Amino acid sequence: MYKDLPDSSGHFGKFGGRFVPETLVPALEELASAYEKAKNDPEFKRQVEYYFDTYVGRPTPLYFAERLTEHYKGAKIYLKREDLAHTGAHKINNTIGQCLLAQRMGKKRIIAETGAGQHGVATATACALLGLDCVVYMGEEDTHRQALNVYRMKLMGAKVVPVNSGTKTLKDATNEALRDWMASSQHTFYCLGSCVGPHPYPTMVRDFQSVIGREVRGQMEKLPDYLVACVGGGSNSIGLFFEFLDDPEVKMVGVEAGGAASLLKGDPGVLHGAFSYLLQSKFGQILPTHSISAGLDYPGVGPEHSNLKEAGRVEYVNVSDKEAIAAFKQLSELEGIIPALESAHAMAHLKKLAPKLDSSQTIVVCLSGRGDKDVEGIKGL
Amino acid sequence: MSKLSEAFKNKKALITYITAGDPNLGTTEKLVYALEKAGADIVELGIPFSDSLADGPVIQASHLRALKTSLNDVFKLVKKLRKRTRIPIVLMLADNLVVKYGSEKFYLDAEKVGVDGVIIPDLPPDQGVGAGIGVDKILLIAPTTTEERIKMIAEQSSGFIYLVSLAGITGKRKNLSAGLPELVQKIRKYTDKPIAIGFGISNPKQAAAAAKIADGVIVGSAIVGQPLPKVEKFVKSLRHAIDR
Repeated sequence: MYKDLPDSSGHFGKFGGRFVPETLVPALEELASAYEKAKNDPEFKRQVEYYFDTYVGRPTPLYFAERLTEHYKGAKIYLKREDLAHTGAHKINNTIGQCLLAQRMGKKRIIAETGAGQHGVATATACALLGLDCVVYMGEEDTHRQALNVYRMKLMGAKVVPVNSGTKTLKDATNEALRDWMASSQHTFYCLGSCVGPHPYPTMVRDFQSVIGREVRGQMEKLPDYLVACVGGGSNSIGLFFEFLDDPEVKMVGVEAGGAASLLKGDPGVLHGAFSYLLQSKFGQILPTHSISAGLDYPGVGPEHSNLKEAGRVEYVNVSDKEAIAAFKQLSELEGIIPALESAHAMAHLKKLAPKLDSSQTIVVCLSGRGDKDVEGIKGL
Repeated sequence: MSKLSEAFKNKKALITYITAGDPNLGTTEKLVYALEKAGADIVELGIPFSDSLADGPVIQASHLRALKTSLNDVFKLVKKLRKRTRIPIVLMLADNLVVKYGSEKFYLDAEKVGVDGVIIPDLPPDQGVGAGIGVDKILLIAPTTTEERIKMIAEQSSGFIYLVSLAGITGKRKNLSAGLPELVQKIRKYTDKPIAIGFGISNPKQAAAAAKIADGVIVGSAIVGQPLPKVEKFVKSLRHAIDR
C-alpha cells in the first residue's frame, strides 16, 4: 500500500534515501529519531493541532466554485482553500510542525531555503511565534522577483541571505542552506520547505501537509473523482493526495510547470540528498529551469512523487507559463479569488479535465496559495 | 597493498586536489605533472558538478568554470596521463555524475584508464558502496560521525580514510580544528589503514600540523585556480613542511 511508504531507510520504491556528505548523516539520524518520537507523542500532536486551529486557521474551507463549474459545463469543481491559511499558503502547515519539533529538540536557530518566498515567510512566521532565530537563504534573482516577501520576512525578524551561487534560484538557496547546516547542525534546525531532500524530510513534510487531504475527506460527501494540484517540489500535492493514495477510485493529477517539469522531462538522479527525478544534462549536470512561478522553478521533485509516477498511481501533466497566466486571470474574474501563480498551474489543467467529465463527478483542486505576491509581476505582462 | 596505500609508506603523504578542466584539460594535464614534480604523492581530480554541495566558494567557482568537462573527458585525460606518470590518481565527484554514467560502467572504465581511487562525498556507505573491485573506494569520516559509524566506515574504506577536519564545507580556515588528535585516535581503534586529513588546510604550517596528527594531508582550495608556477612553488613548500 502506498500509505505504508517509505521503508525504514527512507525509500519510496527505489526513490529517496539519504545521499549527503558524511558530516550531515548524524544530524539526519538525530532528526529522524526525534521526529519518530514526536510523531508518537500525543502531546506533540496536540501542540500541532492547537496551532493549526487557533493560529493557522484550520480547517481551511472547501469551496464549491459554482461559476467556474458553470463555465466548463462538466465536473463539479471544488477548491481547497489553502490560500486562506495564515500567511496565505499551505507552507505554514509544515513550518509550524518543523519549528515545534526544533523547539522539542532544543535547537534555537532555524535555517530555511525559499524560492517564491512563501516558505521563507512561513518559516519566519513560525519562528516569530515560537521565539526562534531565523535565517532564510533565497536566490538573489528571487529576492528581486519577490521583493515583498523579503520585506515580510525581515519584518518578522528573520535574516534574509541572498544567494549568488549557481543559477541564483531555489536550488542554489537549498545548496546554501545545506552548507550552513553542515557547519551548524549541533545547534541549528534545517526547516526544509518541500517534500524533497534526504530522509526524513520527504516523509516529515508530507506528514505535516497531509492535513490538507484529511480535511478534504471530511468535507466531501463522497469520495472525489479527481484531485488536482501543482507540483514543484511537490508538498501541497502530496499533502492533498496522501490521504487518498490507497483509495483506487480517486484519480490524481499533478501539474508541473512548463520549463521545470522534472517528472515529465527529466530522469532519475541524485540532488539535494535524494534519488528522484530531476532535470539534468546527458552528463548529469543539473539544468537551469525557467518558470514564471518562482515556487515551481526547481529542477527536482520529491521522491514519493517519482515513485507514484513510476507506479502509475498519479498522472503528471504539464502547463505552460501562458496557460497558467490565463488561469490566474480566469479565477480572479470568475470567482473573485486571485491564486498564486503556482496554484494557477493546477487551475489551468481544469480546461482539459473538467469538460470531459459530467456533473455527477467532482474535482478537488488544491488552491495552495494566494496571488497577492504575483500581482505586481503579472501586471506588466 | 594498493598503489594508494603504498603512497603512505615510510612518509607522510601529500595529496593535492585540482578541478579537472579548470580552465581547460590541457592545463589540468600540465598541473598533474607539475604537482608530481613538486612532491605530491597523490593527485585528486575533482570532476565539476553544477551543485557541489560540500564545497566552499573557491572550488564551487572552479567547478562552474570547468562545467563543460564531462566524466568521459576526464577518463580520456587519465588515459593520456598514464603514458607519462604513475602517480596515484583519485577521482572526487558527485554521486549524480556516477549515477548518470552508470555505476558499474563507471568503475570498469575508471580501472581501465588507470584511476586508483574514487571519492563520492555524497554517497555515505550506508547508501551502498559502488561495485568496482580494482579501484579503491575512499570514504569520509567527519567530526560529527558517531563511534558506531566510524567503525563501519573504517572497515569499508579502502586506499585510505579521508578525515574531514571540520564540520562544514571546503575552503581556507584560520586554524586547524582542535579536536583532530582525539578523532584520529578514535579511528585508530578500528583500523590501521592510512588516515589523511582534508578540508581547511591552506598553508605549510597547517599542513605540517596535520601531518603530525595523521598519515597524510589533503590540500585543495589553496591550489585550485592558481597559476602553474605558483602552484609548483606552493606545493614544494607544503612538501618541505610535512617532511620536516
